[in-house]
Amino acid sequence: MAGIIGYGAYIPRNRIKVEEIAKIWGADAPSYKRGLGLEEKAVPGPDQDTITLSVEAARKAIARAGINPKEIGAVYVGSESHPYAVKPSGTILAEAIGATPEVHSASFEFACKAGTEAMFVCLCQVESGRIKYGLAVGADTSQGAPGDALEYSAAAGAAAFIFGRENVIAEVDETYAFMTDTPDFWRREHQHYPRHAGRFTGEPAYFKHVLGAAQGIMDKVRMTPKDFTYVVFHQPNGKFPLNAGKRLGFAKDQIETGRLVPKLGNTYSGSSPMGLTAVLDISKPGDKILMVSYGSGAGSDAFIFTVTGRIREVQDKATRTRDMLDNRKVYLDYGTYAKYRGKILKAE
Amino acid sequence: MRDVAILGVGLNKKWGELWSMSLRDIYVEAALDALDDAGVDHIDSMYVGCMTGGMFVDQEHLGCLMADYLGTNPVPATRVESACSSGGAALRQGFIEVASGISDLVLVGGVEKMTDVSGDEATHALSAASDMEYEAYQGITFPGLYALMARAHMHRYGTTRAQLAHVAVKNHRHGAMNPVAQYPFAVTLEEVLESVLVADPLRILDCSPITDGAAAVILCPLEAARKFAKKPLVKILASAQASSTIALHSRDDMTWLESTAKAAAIAYRMAGKGPGDLQVAEVHDCFTIAEIMVLEALGIVERGRGGEAAASGMTALGGKIPVNTSGGLKSKGHPVGATGVAQAVEIATQLRGLAGPRQVPGARIGLTQNMGGTGGSSVVHIFEAV
Repeated sequence: MAGIIGYGAYIPRNRIKVEEIAKIWGADAPSYKRGLGLEEKAVPGPDQDTITLSVEAARKAIARAGINPKEIGAVYVGSESHPYAVKPSGTILAEAIGATPEVHSASFEFACKAGTEAMFVCLCQVESGRIKYGLAVGADTSQGAPGDALEYSAAAGAAAFIFGRENVIAEVDETYAFMTDTPDFWRREHQHYPRHAGRFTGEPAYFKHVLGAAQGIMDKVRMTPKDFTYVVFHQPNGKFPLNAGKRLGFAKDQIETGRLVPKLGNTYSGSSPMGLTAVLDISKPGDKILMVSYGSGAGSDAFIFTVTGRIREVQDKATRTRDMLDNRKVYLDYGTYAKYRGKILKAE
Repeated sequence: MRDVAILGVGLNKKWGELWSMSLRDIYVEAALDALDDAGVDHIDSMYVGCMTGGMFVDQEHLGCLMADYLGTNPVPATRVESACSSGGAALRQGFIEVASGISDLVLVGGVEKMTDVSGDEATHALSAASDMEYEAYQGITFPGLYALMARAHMHRYGTTRAQLAHVAVKNHRHGAMNPVAQYPFAVTLEEVLESVLVADPLRILDCSPITDGAAAVILCPLEAARKFAKKPLVKILASAQASSTIALHSRDDMTWLESTAKAAAIAYRMAGKGPGDLQVAEVHDCFTIAEIMVLEALGIVERGRGGEAAASGMTALGGKIPVNTSGGLKSKGHPVGATGVAQAVEIATQLRGLAGPRQVPGARIGLTQNMGGTGGSSVVHIFEAV
C-alpha cells in the first residue's frame, strides 16, 4: 500500500511574542493571547522564503526516507507565499535536493490547504505507478497586515513528505475532500496582504469544512474518534482545532501532540502537515492518525494514516519538529521583525 | 381614537450572526411568524423599522422590498427610521394608523442585517445615529459617547464600576432562558469586570453586540380583535415619543435622558398609570450605563439611584420590577431597527403569560422604552393584558 516513506519539517529560529506586537498597536495582549490561544509565532529570517524552508524540510524527509533523490519523479510545493508569481517554486527545490532533471513539478495554491493538495496528488501519482517516489511540501511565510488580527498568527514553516510504495512508515488508508465556494479569506493579485471576512471565517468557513471533512472520512471508513490515536487539524489559532476536536468527540490528548500553533503560529499551507510531522515523531506502529486541513475559499482535505513498524527506524534520522519548536529560539523586537518581513525598507 | 391591541407577535427563529440569511429573509421569517400567531391572512398596511439598510447592505426602499417578498402587494408599506429607536417609532406609526381608524390590520416589523460588513464599517454605520459633523467626524464612537455618560454618572452620583457590571450579569441571566437570544448564557461579575476594555470605563461585556434579527407584531382595533383572537390580547395603553439634542455635548446634563423622561411622562398620562403600576419592562440597554439612566428617566428609581437597581436584585426576575426579561439588548442582541419591536414582542409575551421560564408571575402591565443615539429620541409604550 502506498504511503509516506519519509517526512520532515522546518521551523525558522526567529520568534515574536504576542505582547511585542500588541505593544506596538496599543492592543490588549492578554485578551489577544486568550482570544487566539497564541503565545508567539515563528518568523523567517531576511534570507529565508517559502523555497528555502521547503528545501530544509525536504532534506529531512529524504534523510528519513533514505532514498536517492534522483528517483523522485514529482516535486509539488503547496503555498500561498510562493516567492514568484510566475516561476515555479518546485524547480529551485528540485535542483537544491538533486532531483532534476527527470522530474515533474507544480506549484499548488489553495490558501492554507495547498500543502495537503500537493500530498494528495503526490499520493495518487505513486498509487498509479506513474512515479516511484513523489515529494510533497506545504510551506509558507505568510503575512498579516500590520495591526490586523492575522499579524499575531501568520507564521513561517514547512513540512515535506515523500510518498512511495515500499518501506512505508505511514500507510494512507483513506482520503476525502470537502469543498464549497465560501469566500472567507482572499488576496488578489498585486495585493501584499490578504483580506478576511472577520468572524465569517469561523463557523461557515473553518468549522463547516473541517467538521464536514472529518465526519465524511470517518463515515466513509466507519470509524469514530475513539478509533484514532491522534488527530491533527488545520490550526489557524489555538482555539479552532480544540473546538473542532471537541465537537467531533475527540479528547484533548488526541489533539495536543499535533497542535503546534500556540508556540508556532499559523504556518498556513504548512499548518496541519507540520502537526502531522510532530505526531509521526512520537507515534508507534499501529497508531491511527486522522489529519484534516483547511484552506479558505474554502475546503478541507482529510487523510487517515496507519503507522507501520518502520517508523522507529526513521524518527531519529532528522531533527524532530518539537525540538525545532522548543529550542534555539531567537526573540525579535517589532522593529527587527518589521525589517525581516519587508514591512520597512532601507532607502536605496 | 380607537383602542389598539396586539393580535400576534413574531421573531425570526434565532438572533445572531445569520450568515445564510439576507435582510429580506430575516424580516419575512419574523413577519410570517407574527401573521401565524395572529391567525390572519391579510393586512391593510405595514411598517418596516430599520436604521440603515443602506449602510449595512446597500439597500433602501425597504417598505417596497419587504411587501414584495412577504407577498402583501399592493398594501402601503413604509420604512420608518429613527436610528436605534426605528422599531419603536414604527410601532408608534402602526398604533396611530389603527387608532385613527385608517387601517384595521397593520403589520409592524423591525429588522437589521448587521454582519455583512466588517466591525469598522458597522461602527461607522452606527455612528450615523450620532451627530456626524460634530461627534463622529471628530473621532468619537458610540462606546465612547456612552463611556462619557457613564463617567459623568459615576462622578456625580457615585455609581460604581461593579454596578454597571451587575446590569450585564442580570440581563445575561435572563437571556440564558431565551432561546432566540444571540448570547443565551450567563456571565459572572468577574467576567464582566475583566473583559476587554472598549472605552473606559466600558468593557466589551458592557456593550450590546452586532446582531442580525427581526421582530414583528400585528396590530388590530381592540373591539374587533376580541371577536376573533385565538390567543390572549394585549392592549396598547400608551404610545409616546420625544426628542432631545442629537449631540451629547449640547445637553444641559449628560447624566439625564430628557427625551426618555418626556416620552415617559406623556405615556404615563395617556395610560393613566405610573411607574409603580408596572410589573415588567423592556428598556434600551445598548450599554449597561444606558439601562441605569433609563430607569431613572422612567421614574422606576430615583434620579441618581439607577446603579443600585440591578445590584440589589430589584430589576431581576423575582425582584420588584423585572427589567429586560428577554435578556435585553445585551444578551438577546441588538439588531438596531428590530429592537423596539422585539421589546413589544417580549412584553406582549409576558402579559399573555407565555414567557416560560422567564415569566413574571401575574404580569398585567408592562412598558417598553426604545432609544435612538445617546437619547436624541425615545419611544415609550405601555401595555396591559386584557
